Amino acid sequence: MTAGIEYKNREQPERSLVKVRQMTFRRGSRTIFDEIDLDIPVGKVTAIMGPSGTGKTTLLRLIGGQLRPDSGTIHVDGDNVSELSRRSLFKLRKRMGMLFQSGALLTDLSVFDNVAFPLREHTDLPETIIHHLVLMKLNSVGLRGAYRLMPNELSGGMARRVALARTIALDPMMIMYDEPFAGQDPISMGVLVKLIKLLNATLDMTSIVVSHDIHETTSIADYIYILSEGKVVGFGTPQEIEESESAQVQQFMQGLADGPVPFHYPAPDFKTELFGLGG
Amino acid sequence: MNTWIQQLGQAGIRFFQRVGRAFLFLIKVLMSVPASLLRFNLLVQQLYYVGVLSMLIIVVSGLFVGMVLGLQGYNTLVDFGAEESLSVMVALSLVRELGPVVAGLLFAGRAGSALTAEIGLMKSTEQLSGMEMMAVDPVSRVIAPRFLAGLISMPLLAAMFSAVGVLGGYFVGVGLLGLDDGAFWSQLQSKVDFQGDILNGVIKSIVFGLVISWIALFEGYDTVPTSEGVGRATTRTVVHSALAILGLDFILTALMFDE
Repeated sequence: MTAGIEYKNREQPERSLVKVRQMTFRRGSRTIFDEIDLDIPVGKVTAIMGPSGTGKTTLLRLIGGQLRPDSGTIHVDGDNVSELSRRSLFKLRKRMGMLFQSGALLTDLSVFDNVAFPLREHTDLPETIIHHLVLMKLNSVGLRGAYRLMPNELSGGMARRVALARTIALDPMMIMYDEPFAGQDPISMGVLVKLIKLLNATLDMTSIVVSHDIHETTSIADYIYILSEGKVVGFGTPQEIEESESAQVQQFMQGLADGPVPFHYPAPDFKTELFGLGG
Repeated sequence: MNTWIQQLGQAGIRFFQRVGRAFLFLIKVLMSVPASLLRFNLLVQQLYYVGVLSMLIIVVSGLFVGMVLGLQGYNTLVDFGAEESLSVMVALSLVRELGPVVAGLLFAGRAGSALTAEIGLMKSTEQLSGMEMMAVDPVSRVIAPRFLAGLISMPLLAAMFSAVGVLGGYFVGVGLLGLDDGAFWSQLQSKVDFQGDILNGVIKSIVFGLVISWIALFEGYDTVPTSEGVGRATTRTVVHSALAILGLDFILTALMFDE
C-alpha cells in the first residue's frame, strides 16, 4: 500500500506510448485490476512483474485489445483501445507485436513461412523482397540457417526466437513479451535477453516485458512495475525497485516464501480442522 | 431444493449462451466465406485434408454397404420373384438415405473430429490469439476455408459413397448371384429419378456437410484450451454431428419424400 502511494506521487516518465488510467478489470466476481494507472514510456524497456496470478498476461491482452476493461481507459499511441472498431484495432495491431509464452508459431508452416506470414498478409511485396526480408529478420535472431525447419523441429528457445523474428517482421513500434524467459536454459535465456535489448535499441522500439525472472529482467529493463492483488505496488528504475521499502516489493524481489503474499492458502484453523476430522 | 433449481437454471443459461455463440459463430463464418474464396490456395489445401483424405474410408465403406444391400435385397426380393429390381432397391436406398447419412457419419468421424482437434489445439497453443495480435482474422484465415471445404467435400463424398455402393450391389447381384447384367442397369436407369431421388440426396448431403463443418469448427473454436478440453470437444463433435445428421435426415426425408 505504501508503495502504491509512493507510485502515485512519483513523477511519471517521459512521453508514454501506453497510458492506462483508472483501469478496472474483473473475471466473474474476481477483481484482477482495481483502478490501476500505468505508463509505458516510448523507446524504453518496461518490465511488468509480480507474483503468479496477478494478471500480468491479462494486462498485455488488455493493451492489445483482446480483452476490454470494465472501466477506465487504455490508450496506445493516442488511441483508446477499447473504443476502437475492429478495423481500427487491426490497423493498430499491425504496429504492435506480441511474443507469446508458447511462441504461437503456426505449426503447419515452416520457419520461413511463419516469419513471412505477416508480410504476406499485410503487404503486396513481391516474393523476392519477402524472401530477403525474412532472411534478414531470421539473421537478426541468429536463425537464418533454420529457415527450412518446421516448428516441431525447433527447441523451445529457437521457437521463441523465430516468433520474435515474426514479431519484428513488420517493424512494429512496440513489442509485448509474455514470459520470454520461462523454461529456458541459461544460454537461450542469455540470447533472449540480448535480443530484447538489442532489438529495442536498434529498431527504436518500445518493449513491455512480462516476467518472473528478476535477474534477467532487471538487467535489461529501464523501468519496472510490480503488480500485486490488482494494484501497482511498485514502480521505478531497477535500482529504485531494489531499494524500495515496500514489503510486497521486497517479498517478490527477494523471493521470500512468506510475507504479504502468504505461504498458506486461506484455510480454517488447522487445529480446529484436525479436531473436527478426528471427532 | 433451491440449489438444485439454481443448478438447473444455470445449466439452462449456459446451454442457451452456447447455442447463441454457435449461431453468432456461423454468421461470422458465412460472412467470411467470400473473402476466403480469394485465398484459393488455402481452400484447395483444405479440400485435400478434409475431402481427399476422407475418400478411402468412404469408398471402402460404400463398397461394403452396397454389397450387403445386394445380398440382403436379393434374399428378400427373390421370394417375390422380383430379384430383377435389386438394382433399384440398392440405388434408391443409397441415393436417398444411406449415401448422405452413412457418408455424413463417416465424414463427422474422420474429418469433423480432425477439424475440432486441429482448431482446438491451435487455440490451446495460442496460434489463434497470435493471429489476432498480428491483425489477421482467424475466422477468415483458418475457419472459413475449412468450412467451405467441408461444404464442398460432403456432397461429393456422399455421391462417391452411393456410386461405389451401387457397384458393390452389382458385384454381388450380377457377379455372385447371377442376375442379368442388362436388366440390372436398365431397371436402375428407368426407376431412379434425377430430381426426386438424386437431387434430394445431394441436398441432404449439402445440409449435412454444413452442419458437420459448423459443429466441428465451433467445437474447436469454443473449446476450453486444455488437453482435456480438446478431447471433450472432439467427442462432442462426433456425438452432436451424428445426432444432428439422424435428426435432420428424418426432417428432410419427411419434407422431400412425403407424397
